[in-house]
Amino acid sequence: MNAQRLLSLAALALLVIAPLVVSEFSVTLLNYIGLASLVAIGCSLLTGVGGLTSFGQAAFVGLGAYTTAVLTTQFGWSPWLTLPAGLALTAMVAMLLALITLRLSGHFLPVGTIAWGISLYYLFANVDGLGGQTGITGVPPLQVADHVLNTGREFYYLVWFFVVLALIAVRNLLDSRPGRAIRALRGGITMAESCGVDTQHYRAVIFLLSALVACLSGWLYAHLIRFVNPSPFSINLSIEYLFMAVIGGASHVWGAVVGATVLTVLKQWLQDILPRLIHASGNFETIVFGLLMVLLLQRARTGIMPLLARFLPLDRPVRVPALDAGAARQDAPLGARERPLAGELLLEVRDVVRRFGGLVAVNRISFEMRAGEILGLIGPNGAGKSTLFNLITGVLAPSAGEVWLRGERIDRLRSRQIAQRGVARTFQHVQLRPAMSVIENVAIGAHLRAGGGVIGAALRLDRRSEASILREARRQLERVGLGAELLVPAGSLPLGSQRILEVARALTADPMLLLLDEPAAGLRYQEKRALADLLLRLRGEGVTILLVEHDMDFVMNLVDRLVVMQFGEQIATGLPAQIQADPAVIEAYLGGVE
Amino acid sequence: MSAVLEVEGLSVAYGKVEALHGANLVLPAGSIVTVIGPNGAGKTTMLAAIMGLLPSQGIVRYQGRDVARDEVEARVAQGLVLVPERRELFGEMTVADNLVLGAFARYRRRESGIDADLDAVYQRFPRLRERRGQLAGTLSGGERQMLALGRALMTRPRVLMLDEPSLGLAPLVVREIFQIIADLRRTGVSILLVEQNARAALQVADHAYVLETGDVVLEGEARSLITNPRVIETYLGLAAGSRRTSAA
Amino acid sequence: MDVQIALLLAQDGLTNGAIYALLALAIVLVFVVTRVLWVPQGEFVSYGALTLASLQLGKVPGTVWLLVCAGLATALVDGVVAVREGRLRRMPRSLLANVVLPLALAALATWLAPRNPPLLVQILLTIALIVPLGAMVYRLAFQPLQRASVLVLLIVSVAVHFAMQGLGLVFFGPEGARTPAFTDVRFELGVMTVSGQSLLVIGASVFLIVVLYLFFERTIYGKALRATAVNRTGARLVGISTSLAGKLTFTLAAGIGAVSGILIAPIATIYYDSGFLIGLKGFVGSVVGAIVSYPLAALGAVLVGMLESFGSFYASALKEVIVFTALLPVLIWLSLRSRHVEEDDEE
Repeated sequence: MNAQRLLSLAALALLVIAPLVVSEFSVTLLNYIGLASLVAIGCSLLTGVGGLTSFGQAAFVGLGAYTTAVLTTQFGWSPWLTLPAGLALTAMVAMLLALITLRLSGHFLPVGTIAWGISLYYLFANVDGLGGQTGITGVPPLQVADHVLNTGREFYYLVWFFVVLALIAVRNLLDSRPGRAIRALRGGITMAESCGVDTQHYRAVIFLLSALVACLSGWLYAHLIRFVNPSPFSINLSIEYLFMAVIGGASHVWGAVVGATVLTVLKQWLQDILPRLIHASGNFETIVFGLLMVLLLQRARTGIMPLLARFLPLDRPVRVPALDAGAARQDAPLGARERPLAGELLLEVRDVVRRFGGLVAVNRISFEMRAGEILGLIGPNGAGKSTLFNLITGVLAPSAGEVWLRGERIDRLRSRQIAQRGVARTFQHVQLRPAMSVIENVAIGAHLRAGGGVIGAALRLDRRSEASILREARRQLERVGLGAELLVPAGSLPLGSQRILEVARALTADPMLLLLDEPAAGLRYQEKRALADLLLRLRGEGVTILLVEHDMDFVMNLVDRLVVMQFGEQIATGLPAQIQADPAVIEAYLGGVE
Repeated sequence: MSAVLEVEGLSVAYGKVEALHGANLVLPAGSIVTVIGPNGAGKTTMLAAIMGLLPSQGIVRYQGRDVARDEVEARVAQGLVLVPERRELFGEMTVADNLVLGAFARYRRRESGIDADLDAVYQRFPRLRERRGQLAGTLSGGERQMLALGRALMTRPRVLMLDEPSLGLAPLVVREIFQIIADLRRTGVSILLVEQNARAALQVADHAYVLETGDVVLEGEARSLITNPRVIETYLGLAAGSRRTSAA
Repeated sequence: MDVQIALLLAQDGLTNGAIYALLALAIVLVFVVTRVLWVPQGEFVSYGALTLASLQLGKVPGTVWLLVCAGLATALVDGVVAVREGRLRRMPRSLLANVVLPLALAALATWLAPRNPPLLVQILLTIALIVPLGAMVYRLAFQPLQRASVLVLLIVSVAVHFAMQGLGLVFFGPEGARTPAFTDVRFELGVMTVSGQSLLVIGASVFLIVVLYLFFERTIYGKALRATAVNRTGARLVGISTSLAGKLTFTLAAGIGAVSGILIAPIATIYYDSGFLIGLKGFVGSVVGAIVSYPLAALGAVLVGMLESFGSFYASALKEVIVFTALLPVLIWLSLRSRHVEEDDEE
């Protein structure tokens, strides 16, 4: 048994024994910590992992609590039926909010949720049927089988059962295909979209999940306290849930529980004990929380979990599948693409223009590529090569002109849709997730080649498909020569290797057209040779390659044809030997003062 | 000739990855020194570190004093000025406002002669005077570069660092820009020039450094480097018109 | 509802809207220059209103101690950084701004408060006590986080809201306050009675907006703030320090907040925590301009004022619900107008 598992079991044992040995007061505190943990787990997924923020989590808790309070007291529903009702209502509200804010930049979700949180709070407080400020009393207790959960000690097990369930589900989710997509959200969406990840979809998914666990917490709360009123669902509570997630940090799922514990205990102390000590009353907890958060975000933005991880075996490395054929047979097969025949017209760029304000970055570029060729795109810095790449891959839309892929016009498609059609790319400025391992970064490339949603991932139903994704990622990494560094954080590789990692990521997508933006920059001579060999082998397999590169030796020995650009214009097109003799090209490259 | 700028053991790391390893460089007063090298060699990183835009280790001695701990703004105020590769203009402000803001540090010191300098910039770049009411974001590539240079001149630089001033410009404009660089030196400004256009840079410069994967691998008199076989091989390979199988 | 009531509601809405517009402008300004979504703008409003109320009662306002404490904290942080980086020559300036000035203001306020100075002096003193807080908040909370993402800055912003609101309770106490109207003058205008108080509020807001406009268009510091908003790196390269721009921006925001508090003090009873909701109404207004457009933000804020005023007539209990729910259609509208958005976020 490994240390990680041992720790989990010890924690579980502690959880089971705790209510039997501690005081009634401590059990109550532990129940509150559990309820807060549920909400904080959602916040951690949303904010820590996904880079989104919500100030409406307490309102979702309130929605869960009020739904069950109203349905049980006024309509006589069984509490076990009000839970699905509350979840359904929460899902509707969350999807609506996601729909109207997630198309905007990231800071509109918190703005939208502030509005939603305040509106709901005042609605609770002012609608007659909801009891106003006095709230709703007489919420029935929960019943499991024939047993009524009347005491805090009994309720404790139910609360923590859900907490542990949520922790396992989130941990499973993050270690999966949709999980990698979610972890790729933070840090700009261009890379994720180029791998075919629907970033809006996954943003909506994590917002929905975080709202649902909040609702669950509210439902539990209502049946624990047996009474609801608006005050625990105010915007300040939403902010506290967010603080819990920040304190724990997003590096480990347990962080949310640690954060919830720290803040709940601290709040208890500041509200009850401190005022007695200093004989004064006031909102000391808000001052302390505020200052604490400012300090934490200035000094230790990753929260306190990385600190704990130094002393406890918290890190669970990715399990890397072996490459032998026997094991591979058990995998779910990855989607494979039908290859175009060699010589078939693959890509056509027709008179493409892109303007930025008064600047014409790309001016009437036209060329075509046939399956199985390597086309070099060269030109001085600033000639517009990377812009052209972005136009072909849908990161930018052309101001004029058309791009066709195998007879289909693609210049109006999003980059995700172009990726779906078999176009994979690397970036001039490397785009990877430095904290994720090398193999997980590469596995993002296979996003479109396997199915598998969030629920399957949370329930671990995706293991065969997951093994085949990781095996494919490993195969491509071995192929590009990074097989020895599968588990190190991608950010610790030298810059040259990071570029090669991007090549492996692109290959994992099984592309028919590969666009490489300066893949050899920062490589040493031997590494460049190895890369050239790889590209030639890929061509042999029928992959078509468009290559931007500055190293003339590298380019000239590799490509079949060249397009030369200078200040946005196409100044030459032809075979390497023709290009080298072209006076316009020599002038462009050497310039000269006189 | 005394050095106006000396760089000793300058290193820059992005996260755990070092992009510049202990570079040394000397810029004598009143001279033009160029740094050439392939993409990704660390040229832009070096200028950004000298300017203070990136955290770095090592000594940046400007006018005899180590400024490595000074903020960017303090270095600008002392006359150490960078025209970056991306130009970094104020796109939604007018050409005139861009230029006036170039003298911000001088306004703070209540210096005089700012209006005269503005006039001098307009004289040097008549196009900018024509377009002074236009938003900088609507300018063409060549005009943007002129504006970036003009804005830098408004700071009254003693050392002007230019990152790829010919980037994306038509040959005629490039010629003009290099003419201006040569002119500037005559007015006493020392210039540190990073260029992809190696031959043009070597022709205008006094001294040159060759940077590769974060290391200075070669340095010498600019004229002599034009004929250096290693430089020809790496940067001017196309001129030789022959296909090579070995690289530097 | 008859015309007379409608006009009265419109007048109320416009008066509140004018104050919200000031707050919306401050929120836009802070966001475009520093990328901070400035949630606690309303805290300056409570501070302003409660300070003026204290002065009118002849009491020394709690702001005095708040200012001295915040100043000492700022000087302490400056001092630690100066010692660590070996740049002690900057300290005299910091001590002057963060210790000497607050102490001088505190002394002045303590001396003046029981002497019942004229209203104008009270107002100026209120502004003088609150304005320095802006730069201190920036220095303490945001200056060390200049490279942080919008997300991190937003979380810090709500953390600052927590701290400022809690401190508000400590220094001003739980009691609310409402100052007497600046003027009782009323005009008959056809069927409508126009209160001088409303005219004063609207006039003051418009005046302040014009002053701000001139500041941004005509002065080098105003242009420097715009430049920082447009391109931070470009601004640094011409010598505009991000910290200077941040401090100046927060100084302006604090000033605008204080004035708003003074204007709202006779209109509503203000408690230590009332500012939050008032500030958020400015926030809702600023979202109409996507938190980047000044004119749309001001327009949005006036609409918020109108909505609130008419909303409270039809469903007084639900006026907050109406105001904040109105944000949702605004977001839908923004969403439909927007194209694909790419964000640069830090890891």
